[in-house]
Amino acid sequence: MQRIGVFVCHCGTNIAGTIDVKAVAEALKNEPGVVFSTDYQYMCSQAGQDIIKDAIAEHKLTGIVVCSCSPRMHEATFRKTAAAAGLNSYMVEIANIREQCSWVHKEIPIGTEKAIILGKAAVAKVNLNTPLTPGESPVTKRALVIGGGIAGIQTALDIADAGFPVDIVETKPTIGGKMAQLDKTFPTLDCAACILTPKMVEVAQHENIRIFSYSEVSEIKGFVGNFDVTIKRRARYVKEDICTGCGACTEKCPQKKVPNEFNLGMDTRRAIYIPFAQAVPKVATIDADYCTMLKTGKCGVCSKVCTAGAIDYQAKDEFIEEKYGAIVAATGFNPISMDKFDEFAYSQSKDVITSLEFERLTNAAGPTAGKLLRPSDGEHPHTIVFVQCVGSRCDACAEKGKEYCSKICCMYTAKHAMLTRDKYPDTDVYVFYIDVRTPGKNFDEFYRRAVEEYGVHYIKGMVGKVSPEGNKLKVQASDLIAGKQLHIDADLVVLAAAIEPDKSARPLATMLTASMDTNDFFTEAHPKLRPVESPTAGVFLSGTCQGPKDIPETVSQAGAAASKVIGLLAKDKLTGNPCVAHSDENMCNGCSTCEKVCPYGAITYQDKEFRMPDRTTKIRRIAVVNEAVCQGCGCCTVACMSGAMDLKGFMNKQIMAEVDAICK
Amino acid sequence: MQEIKREVLVAKASELLGNGTVDRVIGWKNGEFDYDVTPAVFTSAEELEKEFVWNDFCGANFSKYLIKETGKSEGKVMVFLKPCDTYSFNQLLTEHRFDREKVYVVGVPCNGMLDDSKVRACSEGIASVSEENGKVAVETLYDGKLTFERNDMLAERCINCKSKKHTAYDELLGEDGEVLDSARFDEVEKLEKMTPDERFAFWQNELSRCIRCNACRNICPACSCEKCVFDNPDSGVENKAVADSFEEKMFHIIRAFHVAGRCTDCGECSRVCPQNIPLHLLNRKFIKDINEFYGEYQAGAEAGSRAPIVDYTTEDIEPSEAVERGGDNA
Repeated sequence: MQRIGVFVCHCGTNIAGTIDVKAVAEALKNEPGVVFSTDYQYMCSQAGQDIIKDAIAEHKLTGIVVCSCSPRMHEATFRKTAAAAGLNSYMVEIANIREQCSWVHKEIPIGTEKAIILGKAAVAKVNLNTPLTPGESPVTKRALVIGGGIAGIQTALDIADAGFPVDIVETKPTIGGKMAQLDKTFPTLDCAACILTPKMVEVAQHENIRIFSYSEVSEIKGFVGNFDVTIKRRARYVKEDICTGCGACTEKCPQKKVPNEFNLGMDTRRAIYIPFAQAVPKVATIDADYCTMLKTGKCGVCSKVCTAGAIDYQAKDEFIEEKYGAIVAATGFNPISMDKFDEFAYSQSKDVITSLEFERLTNAAGPTAGKLLRPSDGEHPHTIVFVQCVGSRCDACAEKGKEYCSKICCMYTAKHAMLTRDKYPDTDVYVFYIDVRTPGKNFDEFYRRAVEEYGVHYIKGMVGKVSPEGNKLKVQASDLIAGKQLHIDADLVVLAAAIEPDKSARPLATMLTASMDTNDFFTEAHPKLRPVESPTAGVFLSGTCQGPKDIPETVSQAGAAASKVIGLLAKDKLTGNPCVAHSDENMCNGCSTCEKVCPYGAITYQDKEFRMPDRTTKIRRIAVVNEAVCQGCGCCTVACMSGAMDLKGFMNKQIMAEVDAICK
Repeated sequence: MQEIKREVLVAKASELLGNGTVDRVIGWKNGEFDYDVTPAVFTSAEELEKEFVWNDFCGANFSKYLIKETGKSEGKVMVFLKPCDTYSFNQLLTEHRFDREKVYVVGVPCNGMLDDSKVRACSEGIASVSEENGKVAVETLYDGKLTFERNDMLAERCINCKSKKHTAYDELLGEDGEVLDSARFDEVEKLEKMTPDERFAFWQNELSRCIRCNACRNICPACSCEKCVFDNPDSGVENKAVADSFEEKMFHIIRAFHVAGRCTDCGECSRVCPQNIPLHLLNRKFIKDINEFYGEYQAGAEAGSRAPIVDYTTEDIEPSEAVERGGDNA
């Protein structure tokens, strides 16, 4: 029989506000095995932990139940407390009477009753607990960064500088991401390329960093410290190690009509191309969708002009396998499609553009060499209307757009407006906004400069309709402060499109078993206290894949993710989780179902000799769990048809005992 | 009437026993009556000649017998498998339930088997059953000779035969057939169209006849746990008459869940049920759902295949979608 101690926490008024904690402690005194029960204001405090330690010693407790917050919050704390008092850590159970109890109930009798039931369930479980001892697993001292934008670049550089090898996997032919497409950056207006490209070069030259560009992650197996990753290197038909990046092929390629994605389709490139002058790696790539040679077998111009002999039309996708200790997701964002926002006439007029397109139009390396010209006729626009929150902060029930604030639009729109007025003072610039949100160092000053020094017309209100008429764009909008309708004849309309996570994030999250929110942003382990870690151990988050953020924030988060990775890779061994699966060989019939559902490859089979009742022996195939590899996910226990598989610490009989206690 | 003759089967089995390829043969022999043909193990040509039976009542699926039989000696076991039996055979191989090397499969074509309960239902005091001009001739003690159309006496699983094609064999007697376009899900569809109350009443009526004899479990090729949960004395439902009307439903629903994704729809459960409960309908509902949710999957079509419910792809439907498709009748 166990000797169980029950400790009920008030959590200030968090729990005690809606739960009669004394009544809970009193009620649980009568449960089987309970020899001691008490309550305290903050069980997790030093004084609270001392109460637990003293009780373990005084009452010779063999198990404890802490009625407090979610086990994700303080289970580790109380396990350490128990261990310090000489009790096995796994003889501790948490009854969560806060998140799913005191926080959701308003009436004390109801909350109290539920807390008592939850406490009873935990006591029932502890009665069946057995001491468990964790094993250890080694750590592969190499990190994988998925995404080569500024987030991935910064994370990789910081990890590499700490002395650990890092691989960057980037789907595009070059690293650099969205920042490489930007012109100037707020609030200091330094040019994006000037601050980004040196970092890209640093990545390329770093002895600890390998770049897998034009590649994607195709499979991830394993667990923290021991991930097995398969990386698909898409065929670029140019040998990376031989190509010098001279660009001769990209000038001679006869296929000139390929939309240039780097300039968002506003100009064209060749079928063999280098995305931009500072690309890293500076290696040409053949676009198989457009290359005449690859499609028809006739052409071969690039191969002829390549003096290095780097062209290889026979190239195939390659798969490489590598082991990693930690994985960082840095998959970034994209502006949302404007398809559902036809009131702004994006699909009807070339002169309605998104802000990212505006960046390219004002970028010296862009399609107009930095001159602000209308895409339709190449004329200088005299009246420009910027529309903010296009697809951001939409109604939850609206079919189009996102509920969240994209966070960066207010600042870059102020930047665009300011730069336009600075370069072309004859231009009238209107900005329509719901709110102007400029929290951040020197951000509000920046916005006020746009209004006060540069004379940008900021108008609170939304644009209702844009209709192209002749070479003008008739903009209908409301000025909420003046309380009137406005009609503006604009030459150019710029839409601050909401941003959304890159489409590759969702399948990646599935491979990583990392959780996501409803908007497909990766979820952090704790929104405040663990913002750069995924709840999945060994998976870290960098940049906009976790939520909208600007460059300074991205870079700080990237550094934070790197420091967490370094902290992990610095360890030689990780303490495992003793709550692993275990197969009862007397019940196992070796059917292999568990092996099929095991995401970690932790199950193998062996032939074992069994003594039969009639003194004969029989050889049977049975499942064996590799405890170092098992992560205790429990898939096998539910898939096992024979009921042979069980999870230590969460045995079927323990869970049934909990259910029984609840239903009693 | 089976196309292939008994002599051909006996000759093949005798040959394999004679040349030492196998040391035992699993086949059929007569039971007490003509219609209760029983599985048997033969070890010599003499035994085969004397007792081996091959007729329209040879419905028994021998796949499951291989689990025990292959463990009994070092030698190989020869087994006769009809097309539908080979699906169970493959499924058992997938689950590593016996060593393929210890089995010699002789595939036999099948023209469909008779349902003894149908024959018995329309003839009292059966003395013998035989085949006459393609019809079923029954000699009875009270009514003389009765004849029936063969099609009227066929087992349901044979009327809705899913395949005449052997999916596994070492040797085939006669010609192999094709996978058929069966109407086996029509009955399930009828059940799906019922309101929940009607469906509950239907199953209540059927399952209330259950006497918990465990025949369905014992015959089922998918039921091969070392220790069955229903044999657990602590379960409270171990081999005993039901205490309330919920118990037998529990038993059959748990069993259906247990074999979901692995049931090949061999129909043995319904064949052996002494109470004529259409147990196969429970299993077919799962098969139909799996087909609709995850794409067509036939358990046992090939050895080593992976059932969708123990597989995961990103295209798998969300549980909410499954509920929506069920509609009001879910």
